[in-house]
Amino acid sequence: MNQEQALPDAEHALATLVLRMGGAVAHDAALVGIYSGGAWVAERLAAQLPGAHPLGFIDVSYYRDDYEISGLKANARRTSLPFDVAGASIVLIDDVLYTGRSVRAAINELFDFGRPERIELAVLVDRGGRELPVEPTYTGARLAVARDLSIVLSRDPDGKLAFGVEPARRRERAEPRAR
Amino acid sequence: MTRNPQINRNGELTHLLTLEGLPPAIITHILDTADPFVSIAEREVKKVPLLRGKAMFNLFFENSTRTRTTFEIAAKRLSADVINLNIGVSSTSKGETLLDTVDNLCAMNADLFVVRHSQSGAPHLIASHLTQTGRTHVHVVNAGDGRHAHPTQGLLDLYTIRHYKKEFRELTVAIVGDILHSRVARSLIHGLTTMQVPRVRVIAPRTLLPTAVQSLGVEVVNDMREGLRGCDVIVMLRLQSERMKGALLPSAGEYFKHYGLTAEKLALAKPDAIVMHPGPMNRGVEIDSSVADGARSVILPQVTFGIAVRMAVLSIIAGT
Repeated sequence: MNQEQALPDAEHALATLVLRMGGAVAHDAALVGIYSGGAWVAERLAAQLPGAHPLGFIDVSYYRDDYEISGLKANARRTSLPFDVAGASIVLIDDVLYTGRSVRAAINELFDFGRPERIELAVLVDRGGRELPVEPTYTGARLAVARDLSIVLSRDPDGKLAFGVEPARRRERAEPRAR
Repeated sequence: MTRNPQINRNGELTHLLTLEGLPPAIITHILDTADPFVSIAEREVKKVPLLRGKAMFNLFFENSTRTRTTFEIAAKRLSADVINLNIGVSSTSKGETLLDTVDNLCAMNADLFVVRHSQSGAPHLIASHLTQTGRTHVHVVNAGDGRHAHPTQGLLDLYTIRHYKKEFRELTVAIVGDILHSRVARSLIHGLTTMQVPRVRVIAPRTLLPTAVQSLGVEVVNDMREGLRGCDVIVMLRLQSERMKGALLPSAGEYFKHYGLTAEKLALAKPDAIVMHPGPMNRGVEIDSSVADGARSVILPQVTFGIAVRMAVLSIIAGT
């Protein structure tokens, strides 16, 4: 794996994503951003894609698979889906696609609101390393990154997006608790 | 045993026994966590899978409808399995000790105990027992013990106050009525002082005040009209006739005249003051129907928020 590979420019990746989605995404598809980075990307896409796209946000804290390992994530946000999920065409949007676990959690959560007609996945960057059979429909950029690093999206006060690198957070407990 | 058995070695809340001595950051964390849980009730599937596979036992050694039901709803909305034990007619009446009951339920793979007991300290005893026997994956929530504490009621009161008033640091809060018998009042007073509410007033006749109540950091006012002036929040307490031994009051009618909240007395508080009551309320004893059902009453929202607050507590402690 090439650890020296430069980080993609987030604004450039967004422009690429808009190009790839424009024309391909249903004109009335709902855009649902996964908090927090995916929510920023979803807001930008809603403004730039042609058509009228309902915009929603999803917090997957209650659907994650690591509650037994690391407990409840602090500062969960309210999931807000201001459209009828049943029968909707939905594009899930995330900033960084890695293991696929957040996407699994988000799909499960969407189904608790109704049965969508179709779910697609758009990501700003795909860094590989999948642990679940999840593939994006639309990708802004691709990148190979060492496992001990996290790619983190940030947004400056003007709304400009940028990628940064952080050491991956260590899980608090190596093993699920024994009973 | 550690000094604060509610907090584990990592500084996380692992049992909820009392609000006394709880750091403000933990209280704020619980209130913040409760916030998104409020909206789960608006979903088609009113459930999230967080506590799937966990078993919560409601151990109620004393009667309760609201608290037991809201804990049950909270656990079910988190996908936990709920087992309600009617202790009054079960093993205890056959002579089993409290800790033997707990050990038996642990052998049935209990993950959470919600405990109400007429003896102060019973939930604390269970939590200490679990810690001493190395069962750190089993958690206890105090749902009311004697006159001591009712921490989830205190937290839902704090949540309600923050919901309507936004900030704690400018408020004047009056707690009115039977302070002597009220674990709700004790928990709320600890919560309000921890969150740095500058003026907490208790309003009650002398016979319904605990000795040295001032040591909790509250002002004491015997005259209700004087006490209500300038209040942002009025918390009415139920007159707990069933706990009263001896003649503490002349009559319910006399009590209502002096300490019942009427529209006329409410007018002395701030124009945007809210009225709270932990329930069950005695209309015409501590509160007039026109106030209980009036525009300033937030008594029913308290019940709704109580579910979200209990979801927050359960999901925080079961994740440690």
